[in-house]
Amino acid sequence: MADLPAAKPLSPARPGTLQRAGRVLRKDRYLYLIFLLPFLYFLVFHYLPIYGVIIAFKNYKVAFGIWGSKWVGLQYFIEFLTDPYAWKLIRNTMLLSFYSIVFGFPIPIILALLLNELQISWFKRVVQTVSYLPHFISVVVVAGMVVNFLSSDGLVNRIIVALGGESFPWLMQPRWFPGIYVISGIWQHAGWSSIIYLAALSAIDPELYEAATIDGAGRFQKMRHITLPGIAPTITILLILDLGRIMSVGWEKILLLYTGATYETADVLQTYIYRRGLEGADFSYATAVGVFQGLVGLAFVIGANYLSRRLSDTSLW
Amino acid sequence: MVTPRLRTAFSDRSLGSYSFDLINMALLLAVIFITLYPMYYIAIVSFSDGKEVLLGRVRFWPRGINLQSYQMVLRDDTVIRSLFNSILYTSVGTAINLVLSTLCAYPLSRRDFSGRKWLTLYVAITMFFQGGLIPLYLVVLQLGLLDTMWAIVLVPGINAFYMFIMRTYFQGQPTALHEAAIIDGANDIQILARIVVPLAKPIMATMLLFYAVQHWNSFFHALIFLTEKARYPLQLILRSVVVESTFEQMNDIGAATDFMVLEKTIRFSVIMVSTLPILLVYPFLQKYFVKGVMIGALKG
Repeated sequence: MADLPAAKPLSPARPGTLQRAGRVLRKDRYLYLIFLLPFLYFLVFHYLPIYGVIIAFKNYKVAFGIWGSKWVGLQYFIEFLTDPYAWKLIRNTMLLSFYSIVFGFPIPIILALLLNELQISWFKRVVQTVSYLPHFISVVVVAGMVVNFLSSDGLVNRIIVALGGESFPWLMQPRWFPGIYVISGIWQHAGWSSIIYLAALSAIDPELYEAATIDGAGRFQKMRHITLPGIAPTITILLILDLGRIMSVGWEKILLLYTGATYETADVLQTYIYRRGLEGADFSYATAVGVFQGLVGLAFVIGANYLSRRLSDTSLW
Repeated sequence: MVTPRLRTAFSDRSLGSYSFDLINMALLLAVIFITLYPMYYIAIVSFSDGKEVLLGRVRFWPRGINLQSYQMVLRDDTVIRSLFNSILYTSVGTAINLVLSTLCAYPLSRRDFSGRKWLTLYVAITMFFQGGLIPLYLVVLQLGLLDTMWAIVLVPGINAFYMFIMRTYFQGQPTALHEAAIIDGANDIQILARIVVPLAKPIMATMLLFYAVQHWNSFFHALIFLTEKARYPLQLILRSVVVESTFEQMNDIGAATDFMVLEKTIRFSVIMVSTLPILLVYPFLQKYFVKGVMIGALKG
């Protein structure tokens, strides 16, 4: 919208508009040609699915196509929202995200602060190299490690037995699922997430520290009054982003880790969409659940951004 | 063991500051241990004798070195075929990613491009709004791509986030060469092919690694788009072997091999085989990614 004034010459007072548009297009014709394939890619694999959301309001049958299928209005939304199971799904989705934020969000910050205080640069590099690594390991491997370490003869139960305890079926207990989900997430991503804070830390003016040292500030005082305020905007932005993502949990890992025994706490909207939609071929219903999830997610992004702008002047837009 | 460097680091400090450093280092050593031990444990079990594993004697080093589980894994037709599939999907997919991302990023990087604003918006919208799982599945179904390699390599064709990193890099290239080429009568396609791409090797290498790792690790697209087992990539086989514990030859393991090979050592060997390529490219990844993340974070 910012360039509306520039578009003003389009008024009929100037007869050469069409020719000029033609000249611009001819000047840029190769650039448009270069963009053709990416344009088609986004059209087919991103915009067509967005258009396909229509089937949430229709009783979609593959044989009839999108337009041949009957309109049903909000039937599937009502069906979903009146199903008591829907609330369990919503609760699980939000709780897993919530636990991830409460326990997972501070850890990369702490890690970055600790790394920042480290005086020995090679040791710092080693810690960074090691802690980023799990981020690049596939989610299947991580899930495989979790399953094997928590099995009846797995590493964790071996340690418990060696300490005089009893072997415990961790993955079969609904109450343990959130913990397993959150801890494996921290193990995999905390190091990687600390990069962004380290970048923010390195942008703090060193003169501030020197001045504080001259004023006799100790290390904790410097951390509290210089370092933390210095990265506070970064923390706010990332927290907003995380709150905005509260409806989209790491469901690929959930899909790999949950069992019928743990649906109680592990089944989330996305895994339900996958089961109903693809395993059960209930296309319209599952799409409706997806639309509901998307809308609530959008509301969270907007809400988190609004809140942050009111409270701290930091916002995404 | 106190090196001169360490000593200078600790000198002129109060006792509190000194103990803070010690605690800090201890904590970070713990971080290293917690991060590495699970992976290290997988490795030593995969190399150990099944009997020793069963007795719980494998803790900090492999015992009764035994490569039989690797022999079994690498002789298994399913594993070999899926390994081949993964290599195929990763190389074709990454090639498509690089070409499409370059074609997308270059026009958007040109400040004099008349379609720049609208086409940037066209791409950016897809970062915030998605049709979701089922509509995407139906598009792939309607195109007749189900159960083909093309579903796997085309659907993740451009990662908008990576593409914007690339655009930022192109924008930073000196324009003098472009201008000289235009005066010489080169068109935009020639400029892209002869000047922009050859000058963008570092970002190309970064993108290559990022996209390749993404393809190698991906399992969900294969799970929903492929039904024929002969087309499964390694990650899907890994899922059935490691997470669901089904290995086709497992039935005859116990009796035939006298516990030299255990289900567990087999599972962990499959993990090792699938993770080795990642570990091999990790040093290169690490060299580039911090830069990539920062460009993306600051200017994306």
